[in-house]
Amino acid sequence: MIQRVLFILIISTNIVFASSITVCTDCKYRNIKDALSASQQNDTIFVQKGIYREYNILVDKSVTIIGVNRPVIDGENKGEIIKIIADGVTLDGLFIKNVGRSYTQDNAAIRVTESSSFVLQNLILENLFFGIYIEKSHHGKILNNEIKGNAVEEYNSGNGIQLWYSESIEIKNNSISKVRDGIYLEFATNCTISNNVSFKNIRYGLHFMFSNNDTYQNNTFDNNGAGVAVMFSKEILMRKNKFINNWGAASYGLLLKEINDSEITENLFQRNTIGINIEGSNRVTYQGNDFISNGWAVKSRGACYTNRFLNNNFVQNSFDLSYNSKLNDNLFENNYWSEYTGYDLDKDGTGDIPYRPVKLFTYITNRTPEAIIMLRSLFIDIINFSEKVSPIFTPENLEDINPRMKMIRHD
Amino acid sequence: MINITNLHKNFGVNQVLNGIDLSIKKGETVAILGPNGSGKTTLIKSILGMVRPNSGEIYIAEKNVKNKWDYRRHIDYLPQIANFPGNLKVKELIGMIKDIRGNDNTREDRFIEIFGLKPFLQKKLSHLSGGTKQKVNLVLTFMFDSDMIILDEPTSGLDPVSLISLKKLIASEKEKGKTILITSHIMSFVEEVCDKLVFILDGKIYFNDTIQKLKETANEENFEKAIAHLLTRAYV
Amino acid sequence: MFKILKYSFYDLIRSRWSYVYLLFYLLLGFALLFLNENISKAVITMMNVITILVPLIGTIFGVMYFYNSKEFTELLLALPIPRSSIFLGQYFGVAISLSLSLIIGLGVPFLCYGLFQSDSMVDFLLLLSTGTMLTFIFTAIAFLIGLSNENKIKGFGYAILFWLFMAVIYDGIFLISLIIFEEYPLDNLSLFATLFNPIDLSRVLILLKLDIAALLGYTGAVFQKFFGNISGLFVSFFTLLLWIIVPLFLMKRKAGKKDF
Repeated sequence: MIQRVLFILIISTNIVFASSITVCTDCKYRNIKDALSASQQNDTIFVQKGIYREYNILVDKSVTIIGVNRPVIDGENKGEIIKIIADGVTLDGLFIKNVGRSYTQDNAAIRVTESSSFVLQNLILENLFFGIYIEKSHHGKILNNEIKGNAVEEYNSGNGIQLWYSESIEIKNNSISKVRDGIYLEFATNCTISNNVSFKNIRYGLHFMFSNNDTYQNNTFDNNGAGVAVMFSKEILMRKNKFINNWGAASYGLLLKEINDSEITENLFQRNTIGINIEGSNRVTYQGNDFISNGWAVKSRGACYTNRFLNNNFVQNSFDLSYNSKLNDNLFENNYWSEYTGYDLDKDGTGDIPYRPVKLFTYITNRTPEAIIMLRSLFIDIINFSEKVSPIFTPENLEDINPRMKMIRHD
Repeated sequence: MINITNLHKNFGVNQVLNGIDLSIKKGETVAILGPNGSGKTTLIKSILGMVRPNSGEIYIAEKNVKNKWDYRRHIDYLPQIANFPGNLKVKELIGMIKDIRGNDNTREDRFIEIFGLKPFLQKKLSHLSGGTKQKVNLVLTFMFDSDMIILDEPTSGLDPVSLISLKKLIASEKEKGKTILITSHIMSFVEEVCDKLVFILDGKIYFNDTIQKLKETANEENFEKAIAHLLTRAYV
Repeated sequence: MFKILKYSFYDLIRSRWSYVYLLFYLLLGFALLFLNENISKAVITMMNVITILVPLIGTIFGVMYFYNSKEFTELLLALPIPRSSIFLGQYFGVAISLSLSLIIGLGVPFLCYGLFQSDSMVDFLLLLSTGTMLTFIFTAIAFLIGLSNENKIKGFGYAILFWLFMAVIYDGIFLISLIIFEEYPLDNLSLFATLFNPIDLSRVLILLKLDIAALLGYTGAVFQKFFGNISGLFVSFFTLLLWIIVPLFLMKRKAGKKDF
């Protein structure tokens, strides 16, 4: 609180002393670079409507650059467009396009280096390599931006928003599409990612690497190469996100790899080849999620211990759960499984016989992946049924002893 | 008209025809007789090409019939049990057989009249009685007016009136100079209709001559007794 | 042959069973669409029906028709027509009437639910064409079995056994051999095994066209590579065609030698 008051104080005092500069096609300053070199600390630069063909714009003072009626900064594919190396910089209302593509440099539309307290908002970025690249910076905000790439292949495209060795960044209300990774975090901690829409990206909608204590919520990841990949990280909170339409031979809604002590709550996984793909993740709680119409709702590829699946809905997935070991150390309880065929004689809302989410066929395809070609063959239906009646191959204790009779409503 | 030499046929270990030599001249009416399982039907079916003989030759009008089908144009055949597609009406069946044989020059109307089939023409075959079916069968056989007629048990299921009509019909066909082959169990019918007799037993021909000759040989005026004599002689 | 075909066909389309079959598909089609409201999902369910039920019905119907029309066949045999055209005509009569029941029975509900506005059109056409192929294949096998067995009960038994083998047992053997040889690369083996069972082949052809194909993963990609291009599709349809032609050829040979 005190911090915030101080912050407001600082800003308001700044306004008192600061002056403003206007850039337009027939003003004194006809391009942004000139305006910047003429500006003082804490100045505000108003960029009027027009097309400014500039690149390598270096912002080395804490200034506020505001686009009026959405001016266009056209980098003409020559290199990086704006680089911020000062604290307290704000960019607002600009249309930035045509970042130079390079195989040796990660050119970005906006790069923030070793700075803090920046605000990047209401920007439109198009035809880019990297969009917003934050490195070794902290306490910044990226709000209400629209990032639209035209990536086709992974090797020659960049990410929409990238954080590298950064801390306490807020990414909110952005729309990111057609880049490599919508949002990429590497060594980024205490970040909050919320209400973003990340879609049609070549690789991941959101990608975590070695980033701890982050939260992402209320985001939509739609139709990406794969929805979200969270790798080698811990204490990540994932809430109320939508992972949808990540459909393809190697696709999934959410990939967890070496993730510990995290929480996955009230998310929606719909129409993904694999809802959640888990490898080597421990002590993760899955609660109140909806898994609807996925190929595999949850695919566990081993080394997963003490995870808990509680109060989730598993509805019309081809396979609810795939498991590649005979051992089970995970808990399934109080979930709703649309394939459950048991009964509830005592009318307590949970079935009287346990549900066994692993089918024999899933077990076989884990052993012999080629057997998947027998999907939907009559023989498979028969052996699945017999395994259901008397389990021999699938882990004996892998069962939900209190399966719900009705779908759980999450509000 | 029909020339058969050294015809052999076995079904598995069962030797049904065991060296049949038979010659039937044009214009003859021949009865093929023999106890059950003697090979009568197999012989007829061999002539029609429905059974493939193991060895021996069959010539009809001087042509070998092996693996041929076209010669059947000149044969009208009445099969023993006639079971027709149940969904067809009588009229449709007649039309269909005509269509399949590709012969429109037929005289079915006369036979429909003779056998009193008119009320049944629009009925489905599955709704007909056995006797009526046999009448339909007869119409289908006779309507084509071919040179050769083969009748396998033509009398089965027929009422006395129709039987008389059938006899008259055969007599009139005979007069036209047709070659007719008949198997039957009704001896009086055979005696009345046929000139010659072929008696088959165990796949061999035991007697092949006129009925008159049979009676002379057996020294019996009664036809049935003469046949019985033939049988006892054969088994001695 | 065409005359026999014509009459067999007329005979069949007036038979009660053709209507039962047609009605079954009509009900099934409407029920599936009514319950799913989603054509591509209905196509998947329909695929299960087509790859199992169509062969079964083709087998039973074929063998039933063959034995039931035995006397009529004998009548035809004495007529001046070649033997092969009698059986081929009857065969095509049965196969075509069954296929028509299938196409009309499934087609009408799908048309009613606006097939032409949907992008499942291609899937649906593939479904109908493989269904038709399967009908022709299993009817041909049924006729061949009928011709080879005088005994009706035996013939019926063999026909059902053949269906059971193709629909279930084959896959069991296939699966067991996959597990036994799991250390070896199995893609080509499974490709091969699939190619030689018309039921499996049809199932995979349809699966690959549906978005459920994504579940097939790497193996699916191998299959997609094979079946996805023109030559693969050609090979698979040629194999299906072979499943019709070979039994028909055997049938013709058998018919030529047989005594009636």
